Amino acid sequence: MSKSNFTRRGVLKTGAVAGAGLALPTIFTAQSGHAFTNDPTGGSVTLGFNVPQSGPYADEGADELRAYQLAVEHLNGEGDSGMLNTFTSKELQGNGILGKKVEYVTGDTQTKSDAARASAKSMIEKDGAIMITGGSSSGVAIAVQGLCQEAGVIFMAGLTHSNDTTGKDRKANGFRHFFNGYMSGAALAPVLKNIYGDDRKAYHLTADYTWGWTQQESIAAATEALGWETVNNVLTPLASTDFSSYIAPVLNSGADVLVLNHYGGNMVNSLTNAVQFGLREKVVNGKDFEIVVPLYSRLMAKGAGANVKGIHGSTNWHWSLQDEGSKAFVKSFGTKYGFPPSQAAHTCYVQTLLYADAVTRAGSFAPCAVAEALEGFEFDGLGNGKTLYRAEDHQCFKDVLVVRGKENPTSEFDLLEVVEVTPAAQVTYAPDHAMFGGAEASLGECNNGA
Amino acid sequence: MDGLILQILNGLDKGSAYALIALGLTLIFGTLGVVNFAHGALFMIGAFCAVTISKILNISYEVVDPNQTDFLGNPLKVKTPYVESWFGPEMGASIIDWSVPLAILLTIPVMMLIGLIMERGLIKHFYSREHADQILVTFGLAIVLQEIIKYYFGANPIQTPPPEALQGVANIGAAFGMDLPYPIWRIVYFCFSLGIIGAVFAFLQFTTFGMVVRAGMADRETVGLLGINIDRRFTIMFAIAAAVAGLAGVMYAPINPPNYHMGMDFLVLSFVVVVVGGMGSLPGAVLAGFMLGILESFASTTWATTTLPGINQIIIYLVAIIVLLTRPRGLMGRKGVMEE
Repeated sequence: MSKSNFTRRGVLKTGAVAGAGLALPTIFTAQSGHAFTNDPTGGSVTLGFNVPQSGPYADEGADELRAYQLAVEHLNGEGDSGMLNTFTSKELQGNGILGKKVEYVTGDTQTKSDAARASAKSMIEKDGAIMITGGSSSGVAIAVQGLCQEAGVIFMAGLTHSNDTTGKDRKANGFRHFFNGYMSGAALAPVLKNIYGDDRKAYHLTADYTWGWTQQESIAAATEALGWETVNNVLTPLASTDFSSYIAPVLNSGADVLVLNHYGGNMVNSLTNAVQFGLREKVVNGKDFEIVVPLYSRLMAKGAGANVKGIHGSTNWHWSLQDEGSKAFVKSFGTKYGFPPSQAAHTCYVQTLLYADAVTRAGSFAPCAVAEALEGFEFDGLGNGKTLYRAEDHQCFKDVLVVRGKENPTSEFDLLEVVEVTPAAQVTYAPDHAMFGGAEASLGECNNGA
Repeated sequence: MDGLILQILNGLDKGSAYALIALGLTLIFGTLGVVNFAHGALFMIGAFCAVTISKILNISYEVVDPNQTDFLGNPLKVKTPYVESWFGPEMGASIIDWSVPLAILLTIPVMMLIGLIMERGLIKHFYSREHADQILVTFGLAIVLQEIIKYYFGANPIQTPPPEALQGVANIGAAFGMDLPYPIWRIVYFCFSLGIIGAVFAFLQFTTFGMVVRAGMADRETVGLLGINIDRRFTIMFAIAAAVAGLAGVMYAPINPPNYHMGMDFLVLSFVVVVVGGMGSLPGAVLAGFMLGILESFASTTWATTTLPGINQIIIYLVAIIVLLTRPRGLMGRKGVMEE
């Protein structure tokens, strides 16, 4: 009889451990395959594009939708593949996402938080959307991001510039590619100092909602750090149409710079009114009076017409960029639609590709697996140079463009010129920065939903 | 002191638009007894008449310039307006530059036609219905009109500048040793509004047609019994009210770039103006328009918003409450109007 070291108990123990070890991936696969909201079981996967199709930002929403449709075409292997050719991640092969054909449904945010939440909810519950993306307002983005967190789907934000989106209101299921108010300030302030000097008195007119507040705070902090003084900050109702009664006090305030923390129709009207009142011809404190529009958009610049000439601001992206990614996107978009894409279109297109790429790298549509793949992801070739999707707050860090209204545009699209490409390092901040909710701000727990 | 006067000027300017819209609303209510919620849309369509004329004058032919490229790198198609090729570059550019004043010529017939179609085609069917029905149908019409405009012109505001000669500012306080820079076009708008208001009053006061209309407003039945077709005259007054709203809009286009929603922005405030002025009272509408415009302007000053945050958003409604509590018929309201 030979002596053996095996015991019944030992075999059972070893077997249990080995079995659990072997079973572990299966358990995870099973979870990621079935235990999340709107797990796509058929041959297709549905994305939800929630954009303003009515209301004041309908034109911007239409451009976002064009970009989404283009992204879907490229993901499904149609068209010229656009930025798939320049994206440093080579996971996407033009065969859908994980082999499933990409389909989409659309919702109308109306640029109203309640309407945007209702349309997102409908797309998730009735249409089976696995991911929600889009929007042209920070108020809407924060509201929809909260809904997606509760529902257990990924939210890839569209145009949202408030610090709060990835600041105090950050969510584990929400991701923002677009830049923010802090970044605008950090990029713009040094350029303004170089051009207008460090002894300036700024008067702020600020849209009275989350985006306006955080942008004003960011611009004031950045310019004050370089020597400027903030003379006054006046909050203007979002529904304002005529800003003459807000502009008139600027004339006697002693300020020599007017900062318009306005976007959309507010920006078009306040800038038009400021120019009407002759602010640009004034000389105050021995200096030419200047106007600054911290967040520019080509679509809005078009609305403001000749009034934007020579006025500085910042933007997330511009069609005139000459990197390979931007050129590829402009070519795809321009050939299909006949005009260059807006920055809103760009960020929406990129967000769709980034989501698809993350799913492919994760090998799963499970929101938490996708979130993990996006967190800390570094990439290039999508139009903004090297970019990091920071894990701590789900904010993209990349170069920021400082632009100026062009003096002699050659076409109706040629309204802005890039003055400086501010490197990402200059606009990077700590995840627990006071303007972003401080140490208390937290992503919370990722939610896979059902 | 300078700032105070500037705010009064701003108020008069804003009040001009309120007064013109409220004047039209009151005319329609006084003659036809209809509460027309589509009146703001008529103001908006007037502004888009300026946009349309500007677009028509800028219709261009394209010439390929091989030395320049477009955003796709293809040879640039340089656009030249036909007007400039027909009348020469300088004359053509001048015609385009004066597109807003030229648009007035288009606005009057277009707005009168729209007014006639609205009244004959839709609103006349609701004369015998309750005010609530009239409000619903005219509000619906306003939404339809603004969606049509959005479909053709987009949702973004469209810059429609005044003629170059009327851009810039004038120091209207120079004669008194004060520094009061004020946009020239806003002064033009205020004077234009006074002219239109004066013309409407003169028309009603000094013409036979106006006399009949006033008589009809006072006692429709008796005027009808005299063999006068008062309905036809009231229809024409509807068209005139539409033209007044349109003129207010076309001249307003350079002040704030027109967008499809601008009518709604003015509509609610204009109704408050009508109620404060007194339902059916034309002088009341004008008085309340200017008064509320000035109050709104003062409420937007830094001093006011710092002292009473949010006052700029509620001042008009606050005044309306006070006026209606102290004078239930409004400032110049007549007994028997909108009363059982």
